[in-house]
Amino acid sequence: MPLLRNNAFVVDTWTHLGLEDKLPDGGNVVLPFQRLKNEWESLAKFPGQLGVLLNNSDHAGELEHFLPHLALVILPFPAFTDGRAYSIARQIRLAGYRAELRATGNLLPDQFQYMQQVGFTSFDVSDRFPLSMWQSAAKQMSLAYQRGLYRRTGETEVWTERHMEAAPWEEQPHAG
Amino acid sequence: MYRYDEFDHQFVRERTAQFRDQADRRLKGELTEEEFRPLRLMNGLYLQLHAYMLRVAIPYGTLSSRQMRKLAYIAEKWDRGYGHFTTRQNIQYNWIKLEDTADILAALAEVEMHAIQTSGNCIRNVTTDHWAGAAADEISDPRPVGELLRQWSSLHPEFSYLPRKFKIAVTGAPNDRAAVKVHDIGLRLHKNDAGKIGWEVIVGGGQGRTPMIGVTVRDFLPENELVAYIEAIMRVYNLYGRRDNKYKARIKILVHEIGAEKFKSEVETEYARHPQQTTEVEEKELARIAAYFAPPQFEKLSRFAPAFEDAKLKHPEFARWTRNNLAAHKVDGYTIVNISLKPEGGIPGDATADQMRLMADLAERCSNDELRVSHPQNIILPHVKKDDVYSIWQQLGPAGLATANYGLAGDIIACPGMDYCALATARSIPISQAISRKFADLDVQEKIGPVKINISGCINACGHHHVGHIGILGLDKKGEEFYQITLGGSSTESASIGSILGPGFAGHEVADAIEKILETYVKLRQPGEEFLYAYRRLGPNPFKEALYATA
Amino acid sequence: MSTIEKGQVMTANRLRDGEVVFLTRAGTWNEKIDEAAMALEPQATAALTARAAEDEKATVVTGAYLFDAERIDGRVRAIHMRERIRTLGPTVRRDLGKQAEGTAGAFAFQEN
Repeated sequence: MPLLRNNAFVVDTWTHLGLEDKLPDGGNVVLPFQRLKNEWESLAKFPGQLGVLLNNSDHAGELEHFLPHLALVILPFPAFTDGRAYSIARQIRLAGYRAELRATGNLLPDQFQYMQQVGFTSFDVSDRFPLSMWQSAAKQMSLAYQRGLYRRTGETEVWTERHMEAAPWEEQPHAG
Repeated sequence: MYRYDEFDHQFVRERTAQFRDQADRRLKGELTEEEFRPLRLMNGLYLQLHAYMLRVAIPYGTLSSRQMRKLAYIAEKWDRGYGHFTTRQNIQYNWIKLEDTADILAALAEVEMHAIQTSGNCIRNVTTDHWAGAAADEISDPRPVGELLRQWSSLHPEFSYLPRKFKIAVTGAPNDRAAVKVHDIGLRLHKNDAGKIGWEVIVGGGQGRTPMIGVTVRDFLPENELVAYIEAIMRVYNLYGRRDNKYKARIKILVHEIGAEKFKSEVETEYARHPQQTTEVEEKELARIAAYFAPPQFEKLSRFAPAFEDAKLKHPEFARWTRNNLAAHKVDGYTIVNISLKPEGGIPGDATADQMRLMADLAERCSNDELRVSHPQNIILPHVKKDDVYSIWQQLGPAGLATANYGLAGDIIACPGMDYCALATARSIPISQAISRKFADLDVQEKIGPVKINISGCINACGHHHVGHIGILGLDKKGEEFYQITLGGSSTESASIGSILGPGFAGHEVADAIEKILETYVKLRQPGEEFLYAYRRLGPNPFKEALYATA
Repeated sequence: MSTIEKGQVMTANRLRDGEVVFLTRAGTWNEKIDEAAMALEPQATAALTARAAEDEKATVVTGAYLFDAERIDGRVRAIHMRERIRTLGPTVRRDLGKQAEGTAGAFAFQEN
């Protein structure tokens, strides 16, 4: 599966481990959330970067105190109609997490913009859709009414724009 | 009325272009039906029994004459010359082609309309009191909040793939005409002892397979907190609402299963985390919107309109129509005109393109250019001078729009049922037609007085049978249509869910059964006691006896 | 004496316009139920199902399924009310749908 980041297909530099896989000596390692909780004492000393795979039935609140130590959070979409991870993404961003947030599973280009708006920055996508389709899907809508979303250049947050003097827009980290 | 600014215009234009692209990709095979289905639904496009069906949003039921004319144009150009007004204040067209849909959406966008989120597992069109801004009992016009929520919920990236559909209703009057207690979220505006305005937030009401009355999670939420608070409710629902069983996926089941207290505390926790420092933007936006809903320039008129009174004396049929189809306006000399879309033997909620244009013309001339679609599937002219009423009635008559049955037994709510709907288990419209013919005599209807008869063609309850004073539910028993009758439902401030009276009836027996129920009521009622209150006092037994006792 | 056969007919909606169509013996989709192929035994049902799946994939039709039907003197009619309405049009609007367009077949609402 290609990894989509910054509107391009890139190579995934992370090693994805299951519950039983042996921890390497270093590098970038993603672990299931359960393992992060169980093995935190030893993991805290891990020399490389750590990431976590959080299922959409897990509570983001439990992840909160690990977030400052993580460089990647992966949220799966078991079905493209299962929208829990949109809310989990927002919770994680609201908790102050600024590093990579990745969507994986069953993703459609038509959902790409929503995912970026709630703070996802990378995407495990299927081979079915060419890069050009993702690129055009990224700019289908240039406006959103909701406040506090992640925006790209050229995107307008309508309410804030209408009442600029009330709340000047502070630059947010771009999604994607 | 609200008017789009450049942002709103651009938003619906881009949305239309997005759908055009999605439909093209579907036709080329780049999207499967499974992938395309939620996308088309979130643009109001269903696949029904005979063709595609397009449901167009009429936010909080308010339309301008120009918009109504566009609906007529769409009916003629792309459909079969008519449309069906629904219980959620929308309109749907039954004979739509997928390949035409983007053009229809573009035509709607020209008049500041769309079909966004009229279906799908997302936040649906916000509904409200159809007399908003006109009713004598209103505290404040709820439509600015309706518009605020329309914008906020439109393409909300977090809440577009919810466990199930989500319906919000708003009322600004103590007499609830928006059924707020049987919505996923109901908002009721009220004043506290200090005269300040706040919102009661009711969550977890609903109909369908498991009808429930909502619970109050906040008594008095300040207006500026509405958006953030509802966002917290939505997040709790999106995270914890059930996704394993579509019949248990509505928020009412979540509230019921974890309990109102636990649900409330989850919402409050989520609300506490809200990131916005102030609600200044929301307040300014609400004020900006509210300015569009400023009351029209009413003339100073006397409460007594001599020409109007005179016409009533001269024309008894006109007097009857005014007795039943007018409602009290907050300004002297004005009235609310309720146009019944329920002619004897007709199809509830259907209007032809010609009828739509006539109503648009009347609204332009006599009702500040405004029309409303009501939850019971009628059309309202909200701001009419009493002196114009006679002329309006004269013009409505030849168009089949002057039926004097508003709020009476002939004013039946019915879903399209198996004549159109792919989900239905039985037909609704023929039952409604049979009942309305049975009570064709308006003297009989007036003698019976106010009663709400609601018919659904399946357990999804689009015809709101659970909250009809008399509810009729069409089911399938081994390939035959049969109908269950419930009594005692209500969707008002004293909401209740109807109880099943007894064994069901075949289609041809239903109208007779309803007649027996109403005859029993007339026999047993106390002076001035409406059907619902008589039922609440008497209980089901007299009605059971009338229907099921062997002769 | 009329001859009655009971079997199943494959139906779907045409993707581009939503029109109700039926699978014919020639493997094409037709608006008239009288043109429909009626499967009388499992092998024929399987053939209809396979053909429909192919055409769904090819984005010709969508929402294909089988329904129970009977053939009386060569004319086909749905057994259940829902499918009859689908093959004819709304019972409350005889001026609309196949019943009004001459594509309803022989059984245009005789009894309902």
